[in-house]
Amino acid sequence: MRYIQGFRDGRTAHALSRLIADEVQTDRDYHLMEFCGGHTHAVFRHGIPDLLPDNVKLVHGPGCPVCVLPVSRLDMAIELAGDDNVILASYGDMLRVPASRRNSLLNARARGKDVRVVQSAVEALELARANPDREVVLFAIGFETTTPPTALAIKQAAAMDLSNFSVFCNHVLTPSAIQSILDSPEVRRLGQVRVDGFLGPSHVSTIIGSAPYEFFAAEYQRPVVIAGFEPLDVLTSIRMLIRQMNDGRAEVENQFLRGVSRDGNEKAKALVADVLELRPDFAWRGLGHVPYSGLRIKREYRRFDAEKRFEMVEREVRENAACQCPAVIRGVKKPTDCEIFGTVCTPRNPIGSCMVSDEGACAAYYRYRRYAEAG
Amino acid sequence: MCLAVPARVEELHDFDQATVEVGGVRSKCSLAFLDDVEVGDYVIVHVGHAITRLDVEEAERSLALFRELAEKLGESPDAIYSGVS
Repeated sequence: MRYIQGFRDGRTAHALSRLIADEVQTDRDYHLMEFCGGHTHAVFRHGIPDLLPDNVKLVHGPGCPVCVLPVSRLDMAIELAGDDNVILASYGDMLRVPASRRNSLLNARARGKDVRVVQSAVEALELARANPDREVVLFAIGFETTTPPTALAIKQAAAMDLSNFSVFCNHVLTPSAIQSILDSPEVRRLGQVRVDGFLGPSHVSTIIGSAPYEFFAAEYQRPVVIAGFEPLDVLTSIRMLIRQMNDGRAEVENQFLRGVSRDGNEKAKALVADVLELRPDFAWRGLGHVPYSGLRIKREYRRFDAEKRFEMVEREVRENAACQCPAVIRGVKKPTDCEIFGTVCTPRNPIGSCMVSDEGACAAYYRYRRYAEAG
Repeated sequence: MCLAVPARVEELHDFDQATVEVGGVRSKCSLAFLDDVEVGDYVIVHVGHAITRLDVEEAERSLALFRELAEKLGESPDAIYSGVS
């Protein structure tokens, strides 16, 4: 616990908060985007907005894989679970996410469909070995942190010649999402969203390293600081961003030196590159179609690709018109700007994915901020 | 999804498996993405896999800096609230 609790010390947080207050220039604003939903929750859980001067504003980014998965892909998974020969293995986060027609994986399970919660891709493999007469499909979602375990499971399935295991692959890429935000009309022209710098996700970066962000820093002149997830990490990183902006620098700095290197985890990257390849196009909830932003299973491993094995088709869906998730994901709106936030849409009865996920901005506001925002 | 915790490696098993410990809770985890992990090392664990080694030296250096900062500038956590309007 030393390396968790040590980074939560209240006195140090207070000291950092004073340093930040001393260093901000009062004649300007600092709009910093925390890309990762894990950061959004850490920020609110530890009350970080209250430790920052008023002109340092945090903009919440799209780094929540549950939130950015389009409803159409979730519908596909539910349809697959409808096959009585299929055991659908899913990470727990996905179960309560609302799909089309008020459906969800949890509803499917209530109707007797075989949906199992797994905490690791390995558990899905074990399910397949334990149920040789059933088809086990891993509903794989997540950013680069979660991708290597999926790739490893496919490799192991190949080594074991496990014919009843396959993967419905929905892995997405962080740099593509950041670029999509920087290229979005809201940021580039309309001025609805201002992002002056990024708190980069440290857990994603343990895998991909800090190098992939160098492009954004140079090309878009936005500083990036790879930030850990404990409150002192976040405060230190905010201070590093403010310093860069004060100096007129736009560089990639790494606050999470204890886990992230420039090149990342070569072994995990090689494994992913061996099994998965870029999709020419992936539709994100909120961000829309982003070229080369998702991963699919390579031809050599196609026998483990559930989309091929079950000839899955993606159908267009109508989003709930009242739900502002897409705008929240892009950082255009705050959860409290949504008319149904906290009234119709609550964690118990979520309308949108941002209210379900433990990384969703709406869930963070509901849990930690709903009274504060009300005044 | 990308939540991960630092854990201490307690025991090594075959097939890149290990028993790791966080705050008294033990669980199994895969070390397939790392080389030469030894008992006593710290790793960061995500969905049952160690995704990176925790550099204890760097972590201790950060903690020492934080301690120094707290001693120089920090007030007790209660003092924070009085400053919040």
